[in-house]
Amino acid sequence: MLSVIVFSALAIIALASGIAVFRVDSMARATYALAVSFVAVGVMLLMFDLDYIGVITILMMVMEMAIMAIYMIMFMGMNPALMPMSMVHNKRWSAILAVGTFILLAGGALLIPWPARNGSPAADLTASLGEAIMGSKMLVMLTVSPILFATIVAALVLANPRGRYDRWGDDLNRTTPDDPQQGGLGR
Amino acid sequence: MTLQLVLIVAAALFCVGLYGALSQQVVVMVMMGLELMLNGVILAVAAFWWFLTPVPDGQVLLLVVIAAMTVEMAMGFAVATLLHRSRGSDMTDSATDLAG
Repeated sequence: MLSVIVFSALAIIALASGIAVFRVDSMARATYALAVSFVAVGVMLLMFDLDYIGVITILMMVMEMAIMAIYMIMFMGMNPALMPMSMVHNKRWSAILAVGTFILLAGGALLIPWPARNGSPAADLTASLGEAIMGSKMLVMLTVSPILFATIVAALVLANPRGRYDRWGDDLNRTTPDDPQQGGLGR
Repeated sequence: MTLQLVLIVAAALFCVGLYGALSQQVVVMVMMGLELMLNGVILAVAAFWWFLTPVPDGQVLLLVVIAAMTVEMAMGFAVATLLHRSRGSDMTDSATDLAG
């Protein structure tokens, strides 16, 4: 009974802060609201005994939201906490689609006859996850690793000033780069 | 606490994020919508794992979802940086084509 009450409170916090992300009048507040939503979901994961994944979700998301706040201050050139904002388009159809999707998903969750639980969790879930990653599920991690590395490279290529896209544009057959002074690096 | 209750909360989180991803004009706000959607996915995967088959495979799937979230954020920030530099704007409406 206590777990239901705690879960319900966390669910209300996660949902309310999730809605607040798109209701508050500044981007900084939206970032904090999203961080609160993630922390609430992270605590819910801890309630499922997912200690390791719950903790990394909380830590990762709090850091990510901090980076997001820095980005907003950088790009908006002001203190975003003080600036009211409402930059939306197609609000009505977005709401209709979101409500329709919720009805579909909630209907599925309630109507599908879910099977009974099969098996029981390991005594030490973190150790069992480590063994799975280093054993039978190693291929998954071997696939994720180069994807993360490729992401680092791709993000740097895109974000780097005077890089590939600033110098050569989107034309793959272009012969000369758009340099202020000629003689720079070739392709 | 039941699987249905957790799934409904996850669906609600997903749909709030969907609304944001579709309706927001600023790239970073669209990314926030996508993050909320993935937040719901994480909760739903955890619920399936806990209530149906609590074997390590579900935990590995959760790690993959978290990795996907990281990739989305890193690429989103990179695209936002490029967009801001090349067009002086971080609005999705000013990025309707792929030309530099």
